Amino acid sequence: MVVNEIRKQFPALSRKVYGKDLVYFDNAATSHRTQSVIDEWNRISAESNANIHRAVHRLADEATQAYEQARDAVQAFLNAESRQEIVFTSGTTAAVNLVAFCFGEAYVKEGDQVIVTEAEHHSNIVPWQMMCNRKGAVLKVLPVDDTGHLMVENLEEILSDRTRIMAVTHISNVLGLINPVEDIIRKCHERGVPVLVDGAQGAVHCKVDVQKMDCDFYVFSGHKLYAATGTGVLYGKRKWLESMPPYMGGGEMVGTVTFAETTYAPLPMKYEAGTQNFASAATLKPALEFINSLNDNELINYMDKIRDYLLDVFMNDERIDLYGVPRGTNKEKIPLFSFTVKGVHHEDLALILDKMGIAVRSGQMCAEPVMDRFGVTGMLRVSLAPYNTMEEAEYFVKCLNKAIDMLI
Amino acid sequence: MTIVKEMTLIEAENAIVEEFSMYDEWLDKYEYLIELGKSLKDFPEESKTDDKLIKGCQSRVWLDYKVEDGRIIFNADSDAIITKGIISLLIGLYSGRTPQEILSSDFSVVEKIGLKENLSPTRANGLVSMIAKIREIAGNNM
Repeated sequence: MVVNEIRKQFPALSRKVYGKDLVYFDNAATSHRTQSVIDEWNRISAESNANIHRAVHRLADEATQAYEQARDAVQAFLNAESRQEIVFTSGTTAAVNLVAFCFGEAYVKEGDQVIVTEAEHHSNIVPWQMMCNRKGAVLKVLPVDDTGHLMVENLEEILSDRTRIMAVTHISNVLGLINPVEDIIRKCHERGVPVLVDGAQGAVHCKVDVQKMDCDFYVFSGHKLYAATGTGVLYGKRKWLESMPPYMGGGEMVGTVTFAETTYAPLPMKYEAGTQNFASAATLKPALEFINSLNDNELINYMDKIRDYLLDVFMNDERIDLYGVPRGTNKEKIPLFSFTVKGVHHEDLALILDKMGIAVRSGQMCAEPVMDRFGVTGMLRVSLAPYNTMEEAEYFVKCLNKAIDMLI
Repeated sequence: MTIVKEMTLIEAENAIVEEFSMYDEWLDKYEYLIELGKSLKDFPEESKTDDKLIKGCQSRVWLDYKVEDGRIIFNADSDAIITKGIISLLIGLYSGRTPQEILSSDFSVVEKIGLKENLSPTRANGLVSMIAKIREIAGNNM
């Protein structure tokens, strides 16, 4: 089985919790790291530790190379036109904040509008809200329907001559549905509105081609796709990255500095102020190599089978309400299922499942507006990675039933 | 619940520790807490006001009390049943006792039964908040 070969690459998967095999179903929060990622971080820290982009000595050169090779790997992964369009950040949240701030400074004025959707997590709401408050702009919201699909048909009505930018998630971390971002981008571009796509989940589960998608910005986190924590990527079309002001000042983001005036470094360093998290950023390369290795038909079929099995369980159990229900084919759903059980508190379930060795997420999942949309105080979420097995899925279903029986 | 009010507080605390030690598996301890939660007497919906909410809990916990003959009678509820079991366990120990008795306890019972370290950090904080609230009510009614 291919999955067994994959599992061997993740040391964390062999540990036990409370004497039971760990079943890790909280991958949408953070994935585990491959041995190759751990090795790369260790290698740089042990052998090539030096500040990047400044010194001429050997270690600095090695560290810089590892960092910049990761940038090349990200460029190839996203099929960006240029490596200068790839900015390293500390994660999705930092990348959205960067764009919200810098784009706002350059283009948003009082009375302008910004569109987000009802399916966003806080990281793709709050930075825009902060920018709107600062600029006196208005935040507009594209709603989701009862199945968790974005009501794209309402977009044209919401778009106006005052709309300056739209931010939309590629895949909601609660609903797990692949949103029609290309359609949204086309509609926005017809009105001259650029679009930021939040790929925190999308980059993990979809083949992303930013040129084909034609998004203006695409952001994602490294730690959700097997790389080290504290890593993230902002892809931005060159025209935007060049025309926006920098975010933070300092370090090597400069051209020349005098007390009278400072000029800025060319892209992408203009946006990379201060000493970067280079040992972690370098792990994006082995992480993306791992992702590329997943393009295997047997594995893809196996993952689809697990998704279909769980989807069937969640949709056909009367006690369970699933949020984010595919309308057409199962292919629009990633193996991420947020649900509630009638008469049972999500936290109780999570606590009992934990003692059975199963790690799931419970609560609001950093997406309070989605909870409000569906009228719940929280949900339970299981999110799978390619290293999860059918046996784990079956064990989870058995345990879920047992936990529900304990609680009702 | 086996606690009887004839016991002194220390005896009652020891009884709980003994009761908990009978269960090796945490799932069994949860079952016990769930039963405790279910045994709590009804908490009127109209009493679920914000001033009775215990802050610091991830799930909602309401704690109400009245004073009868110098003894504090607690009642509580939660929307999560394990949390409800935990507050039920605390109430079983401390309800019907005088403020002096309550304040004489060091509440180490929750550590002795391993409750604190086996809860998620957010729940453990909630437990600390519940104990603080019980102590506060006792202090206010000295």
